[in-house]
Amino acid sequence: MIPTWAQIGYLVAAVCFIVALKALSSPKSARAGNALGAAGAVLAVVITFVAYKPDNLVPILIALGIGAVGGVIGSRRVQMTHMPQLVALFNGVGGGAAALVALMELGDVHAGETVAALATAFTVLVGAISFSGSIVTFAKLQELMTTRPVVFPGLPVLFVAAVLGGIALAGWLVSDPRVWVGVLLCLAGLAVGVMLVLPVGGADVPIVISLLNAFTGLTVAAGGYVLGNTLLLVAGTLVGAAGTLLTKLMADAMGRSVFNILFGAIRGGSTLGGGTASERPVISGGAEDVAILLGYANKVIIVPGYGLAVAQAQHTLRDLVEELQSRGVKVDYAIHPVAGRMPGHMNVLLAEAQVPYEQLREMDDINGDFKSTDVVLVVGANDVVNPAARNTPSAPIYGMPILNADEAQRVIFLKRSMRPGFAGIENELLYDPRTTLLFGDARESLTKLLGALKTV
Amino acid sequence: MTESIALLTIFVLAAFVGVEVISKVSATLHTPLMSGANAIHGVILVGAIIVTGQAESMLVVVVGLLAVVLATVNMVGGFVVTDRMLEMFKGPGARKKELQK
Repeated sequence: MIPTWAQIGYLVAAVCFIVALKALSSPKSARAGNALGAAGAVLAVVITFVAYKPDNLVPILIALGIGAVGGVIGSRRVQMTHMPQLVALFNGVGGGAAALVALMELGDVHAGETVAALATAFTVLVGAISFSGSIVTFAKLQELMTTRPVVFPGLPVLFVAAVLGGIALAGWLVSDPRVWVGVLLCLAGLAVGVMLVLPVGGADVPIVISLLNAFTGLTVAAGGYVLGNTLLLVAGTLVGAAGTLLTKLMADAMGRSVFNILFGAIRGGSTLGGGTASERPVISGGAEDVAILLGYANKVIIVPGYGLAVAQAQHTLRDLVEELQSRGVKVDYAIHPVAGRMPGHMNVLLAEAQVPYEQLREMDDINGDFKSTDVVLVVGANDVVNPAARNTPSAPIYGMPILNADEAQRVIFLKRSMRPGFAGIENELLYDPRTTLLFGDARESLTKLLGALKTV
Repeated sequence: MTESIALLTIFVLAAFVGVEVISKVSATLHTPLMSGANAIHGVILVGAIIVTGQAESMLVVVVGLLAVVLATVNMVGGFVVTDRMLEMFKGPGARKKELQK
């Protein structure tokens, strides 16, 4: 039994986590909140060492050191654009750790302790799903593999078989808790995780990370139940609940359901990430034409998107905006909630390029301003300004809130090609007579624009 | 039995708290919030330490140490990366100061 003071210490750590999450919901307190969360975590680890007096102390401390150094180096060195995959990776290893802990606890779970065995089975299965799912997500975001949905004949059958096999093994484990059954269950979970994420298209990956994050939270909670540790139970449940809500918020912002994201490609329906180039005529211009449009405007709104992140063009964009401002043009950035690869991704990117926070305006705040705007400059975004979300009930993104770029006098798209966005649907705005396209990599186009702007 | 009911009660209440505390988050902070929550579940490290500390066979110790490494990466890396993201959200005043340095 753990001493009372340690229990109280765990309670303090749990409160730290709750307050940390609360503080993370507001820009002013977010950083302090994160620090408080870290303090709670350190407190919890110290209490554990003192209260449980673990054997194998030296190897544990060495392992702790290796993990800490690895974590710090990984998170310090990574570029801001690679942040999403790092979060996915951290989530995966957490899920893996939970599954391993549960596997080791199996030796202490006896037949008849149904709830404990059930919780153990849950932790092993879902922890393994979270681990392998996150690794595939990481591979997709890091572009170690294709970001398109991967579907092969027989995948649905295999997936269902793996899920049923997992459930059957879990049932076996509950009635007869043996370690080797646990190992099989773990393997089934790994297979389910891989097949769950393979068919998901690149644009939906952030939502999957959030979902897997919630999964890991729940496995930690179940692990806490098995160990009779209230801190793990509270912290895991908090993350599970908050993560589930966050997943839903993100999916809502994209006008998609979580079910469709996960199983859309398998059903072969209107999935994301399709796309062939269209043959319809468009108006494309050179950098000089576009520079004149921008340089002589009174009011410009920038709509940044995924293409900006891919091209690492945020610094060039900031330079362009500063040049425009020095000419007396009023410039704002319109940030769609799901622009980029994660909600809030654009804010992080532009903040890295030292764009003042007050120039970044959220969708609801800026949507009324497009009517009085001369030029909208869309940099590597597409679906977030697609009027089909408003006008075409059959479109997969119908109902998604969009930026009203089509209400402005002129629209400029910086695009690599005529391939549709992740939603794989045509954007009528591209063919509008008021629209000009400038083809090319976002950073090269912006550099050319910046040069042209200085001469006009 | 009472203990499992107590744990179940904690579970249900914590679930409500988890939903409640983030219900008013702005979209801007979705990514850091996800990352922060991600770091918090790294507390599975506590479980990994407990289990490894009670391990008797060599195999379990090795698996346990692996779990300790993974969980520490999750926890430490998670908090550091969240801090790095939030560092970017400084107000204009703080940023000016930094430029002057």
